[in-house]
Amino acid sequence: MQLGLVVVLVLLAAVVNSVVLAPLDLPGSPPNVLLLVVAALALVLGPVGGAFIGFFAGLAADVLPPADHLIGRYALVLCLIGYLVGLLREEARDSVLLALVSVAIAAGVATLLYGLLGGVLSDGRVGVHALVTTVPYSIVYDVILAPFVVPWIMSLARRTQPQVVHK
Amino acid sequence: MRDNRRTRLVLALLLLTAFTLITLDYRANGGGAFGSARRTASSWFGPVERVAADVVRPVRHAVQAIGSIGSNSAKVRDLQKQVSSLQQQLRNIPFDEHRVDELDKLLRESRVGQYKLVYAQVIAVAAADGFEWTATIDAGSMDGLKPDMTVLNGDGLVGRTTIVGTSTSTVLLAIDPQFHVGVQLADGQTAVVSGRQKADMSLELIDPSARVKPGDGLVTRGSTDQTPFVAGVQVGSVVSATHPLAGEVQTGSVKPYVDFSALDLVGVVVQPPRTDPRDALLASPVPTVTVTATVTASPTAPASAPASGSTQSLVTRSATSSHTAASTTRSSPKPSIKPSSKPSSQPSVTPAPNPTPTPNPTPAAPAAGSTGGAGG
Repeated sequence: MQLGLVVVLVLLAAVVNSVVLAPLDLPGSPPNVLLLVVAALALVLGPVGGAFIGFFAGLAADVLPPADHLIGRYALVLCLIGYLVGLLREEARDSVLLALVSVAIAAGVATLLYGLLGGVLSDGRVGVHALVTTVPYSIVYDVILAPFVVPWIMSLARRTQPQVVHK
Repeated sequence: MRDNRRTRLVLALLLLTAFTLITLDYRANGGGAFGSARRTASSWFGPVERVAADVVRPVRHAVQAIGSIGSNSAKVRDLQKQVSSLQQQLRNIPFDEHRVDELDKLLRESRVGQYKLVYAQVIAVAAADGFEWTATIDAGSMDGLKPDMTVLNGDGLVGRTTIVGTSTSTVLLAIDPQFHVGVQLADGQTAVVSGRQKADMSLELIDPSARVKPGDGLVTRGSTDQTPFVAGVQVGSVVSATHPLAGEVQTGSVKPYVDFSALDLVGVVVQPPRTDPRDALLASPVPTVTVTATVTASPTAPASAPASGSTQSLVTRSATSSHTAASTTRSSPKPSIKPSSKPSSQPSVTPAPNPTPTPNPTPAAPAAGSTGGAGG
């Protein structure tokens, strides 16, 4: 998997998030393509690759405009998500359904973690109400988007990395 | 490669790094290396977002147009009615034009609330899982922007700038829960309005004896040195208020005038007004352009429309005709606020060829979104 390709995918996802999806003003939280990209790459690369990509993708989401929260917050969340989804690599190789389910869980966990982290860091924006309303929406949106994003990125990642290590 | 000690070590290290970053940023409080990282990212990534927004915007507008076909047919009927009455008024225009020019000059001279605005386009909105309400605009330090400047549009207060890059900046929107602004009512009471995401904004009065009622309009009170907020920008109107016991502070909710789901063109106040307009701006409520009922066939001298003679200024002018009386008799002791009409006598955000145009006191010309159809 080429580094350049990962960087392009991550930045593209960040642009799509803030320029295309967030301005749609859907009810609840906007769908998060960046999370889908991290999950898809982690499903191909495994836990370590997933954790690294998640960390740097999260860092990008923390810094790129119009982000306005503590730097490292998304890095922490997406790093963990990348690791956890990466653990399912072997299982997801044969089952598309499992890949989608793992993405759905990842979406929910990511939103929840991000919100809770905000609560811990006394970010005035996160309350119980905000969490309750955003988590279900983010799961639904990401599951709807996942079939259009995840398989495509997974096959792209596999093609650029033909010598997958089997253990 | 399964879960083993090495992978867990890597994870632990990365998580630790992230947590260290959070802690350091928390302590730096938006400054230091982290602040410059944000500014650098804004400078590098802003232009990318800008290009992407230019590509996406036509598509988005097309999608929005499809979504509003049903409501459009009703709007077309209303607009046709408006056009026919406007045509009648058109014949009177040459007679009024000279008077308008004179009045306009006078108003510009005496007008309080003259901001110098830099116009900008909203190119991106925060996607932080719906917790964060910020937007990127396509103006930055190159255009004279600094952190903590008031951002407004034709309807009212939009927010304030936070991170300013070279050619793009981040705006903290007024509906963000971290957004607080001091406001003033028509009778001089002060209050604090805070964002509550998609819900109406919350209102908290300062003086325990002060009371508001639904329908009251609010303008910004103005911060010290007009930073971050200049005075006299329309914020919203009170929609509900509690009934506290004597001696208790009243709270309530405020509906912002700005439609935050359809932000498009905004203005950043780069130079605050010389004098504080305070409640002078509250005393002249104006119906919006979309109000179709108040068009009369014989306008009294319109207050302010620029004498360009374009269709758009005609629409604006007709909508102002009923407002003229209100603004000329502004010195009346009791400013009346009609709940249905939307006060908007601040500078309109219409794009002009001049990069830093003198704002004229035209009431909200169709600035963006749904009202945009009125001009064409």
